[in-house]
Amino acid sequence: MPVDSTGHAIVAEGLRKRYGGTEALAGFDLAVPKGTVCGLLGPNGAGKTTAVRVLTTLLRPDAGRAEVAGFDVVRQAARARYHVGLVGQHAALDEVLSGRQNLVMFGRLYHLGLARARRRADELLERFGLADTGAKPVKQYSGGMRRRLDLAAGLILAPSVLFLDEPTTGLDPRGRNEVWEAVGSLVAAGTTVLLTTQYLEEADRLAAKICVVDSGRVIAEGTPGELKGAIGGDRVDVVLRAADEIPAAMAIIGRVTGGEPESDPDTRRVGAPVRERVAALTEVVRALDEAGIVAEDITLRRPSLDEVFLRLTGHRTDERAGERAAEEVAA
Amino acid sequence: MTTASPAAREVAPRGGPDRLRWALSDAWVITHRDLSHWARRPAQLVVGLLFPVMMVLMFAFLFGGGMVIPGGGDYREFLMPGMFAMTMVFGIETTFTAVSTDATRGVTDRFRSLPMASSAVVAGRSAADMLNSVAGLAVMIACGLAIGWRWHEGPGAALAAVGLLLLLRFALLWIGIYLGLAIKSPEAVMAVQILVWPLGFLSNTFASPATMPGWLGAVAEWNPLSATVAATRQLFGNPGWGGDSWAAQHAPLMALAWPLLILVIFFPLSVRRYRRLSR
Repeated sequence: MPVDSTGHAIVAEGLRKRYGGTEALAGFDLAVPKGTVCGLLGPNGAGKTTAVRVLTTLLRPDAGRAEVAGFDVVRQAARARYHVGLVGQHAALDEVLSGRQNLVMFGRLYHLGLARARRRADELLERFGLADTGAKPVKQYSGGMRRRLDLAAGLILAPSVLFLDEPTTGLDPRGRNEVWEAVGSLVAAGTTVLLTTQYLEEADRLAAKICVVDSGRVIAEGTPGELKGAIGGDRVDVVLRAADEIPAAMAIIGRVTGGEPESDPDTRRVGAPVRERVAALTEVVRALDEAGIVAEDITLRRPSLDEVFLRLTGHRTDERAGERAAEEVAA
Repeated sequence: MTTASPAAREVAPRGGPDRLRWALSDAWVITHRDLSHWARRPAQLVVGLLFPVMMVLMFAFLFGGGMVIPGGGDYREFLMPGMFAMTMVFGIETTFTAVSTDATRGVTDRFRSLPMASSAVVAGRSAADMLNSVAGLAVMIACGLAIGWRWHEGPGAALAAVGLLLLLRFALLWIGIYLGLAIKSPEAVMAVQILVWPLGFLSNTFASPATMPGWLGAVAEWNPLSATVAATRQLFGNPGWGGDSWAAQHAPLMALAWPLLILVIFFPLSVRRYRRLSR
């Protein structure tokens, strides 16, 4: 497949990267059209960060090729760097310096002169709501402020392609919203964004297209709606009062939702995917009530990343990623 | 926004001279970053500069009374060259912590994702650390002068001694950079201290290698630090131990050879380690 660099800001073909015995990238293909947001969704260790590191010239692939903003990331790395902004998992900032000093320093390393670097720093502080705190050392910043400053640092040269590697991992809901708003306004201005995340909700909120990554390659892609359709959308979960009513409840819930019900005797939980959210909920409540089955709790929730993976790959993600996805849904 | 965002094509390099100018400018930005740290954390700077002074005062006034110096020389005259060299050796911890913190926090990766000269990250770091060491050495020299230490062989020899001390620091800096890139854990500075303190004490700084058990004395005599200490004692005209070993007899030569050998080994190792960040 020839590289189409006319309409695409990011093109990756057959990227491979091996660390010891594990293949972090195993034939990774990706094409992101200019001016769009693509979400790489996958658990820890799926290869998302490795892919971003290759695409931002930090890592040489063992095989395959990639172009970002029309530049080959290996042969034209130096030129590609002028067009790429990277916001990594950890806010890569100097903790001792002030927010403004950080931005001026990075601006000068982009070879803006001192005066322009200063002007640019002030613009970005203003834009990200950090003008008042620009003089404070970064170590006094909250998590959300750090991440916004990190984002500002990635935007000094107004990059045509911005990479966000798990931009909200470790942030509280408020910090997460701050970052999401900032990213939303960038996208509106026409920047191409590649976002990696473990959170379905985040990919859903920000990305027009989602690529699900597992074992170093893209295993499914589509709009959030398409993917959710493929995995059965939302789920209804019922906690029963008595464990011996599980078989009866499974039969009822299966009939009402038309989905494949699953149960967990330890927690007396019966769940199934649903299509019509509220309608399914009322139907389930009514049918259980008619059968005389008492439910202690009924919830509608989004599928966790673990469940997405189970359906797409047939295997579960590692425990920790699954737990975190569940926490995310709860939040 | 008041002005348009800077566009990549306006700032991209246009040729060789541009590249060289920017490599220097990039290194200066990194050095400047460290100097800004001093301004932001004056307390830390002062503590860093005064710690060796405290050591000097401790040795000069606590232990000094009980020390007998070969040839009946003044203990403080004997002490200072060793303390100068120790200050240079302990600088390795500063370098290690700074390099390793940047690598762990992702700051090094951010630099690598920028279109800056890749040499600038380490060049800027070494320039900043050398400036710090010059300041540290100046404070120590002032401290020495205050407690009665003097140089006796003229300003030329004294400057040569200062040069040897800074050469040792410059060589050890590359060990610090290498370890910082290799270990990537600022907490490991404890481990580095465990390596560095014996290097400091297992030398001719405080005791004569002749009084140590045979093998230990040999290690102390051939210690790179001992070479610098012995050579600077000669150049300052301060009392020293002497010694019969080849290393002790050729201290000035060894004080040049050791740092150069360390540089020849650790400079390429550090460069390789930095390049390997992309593997």
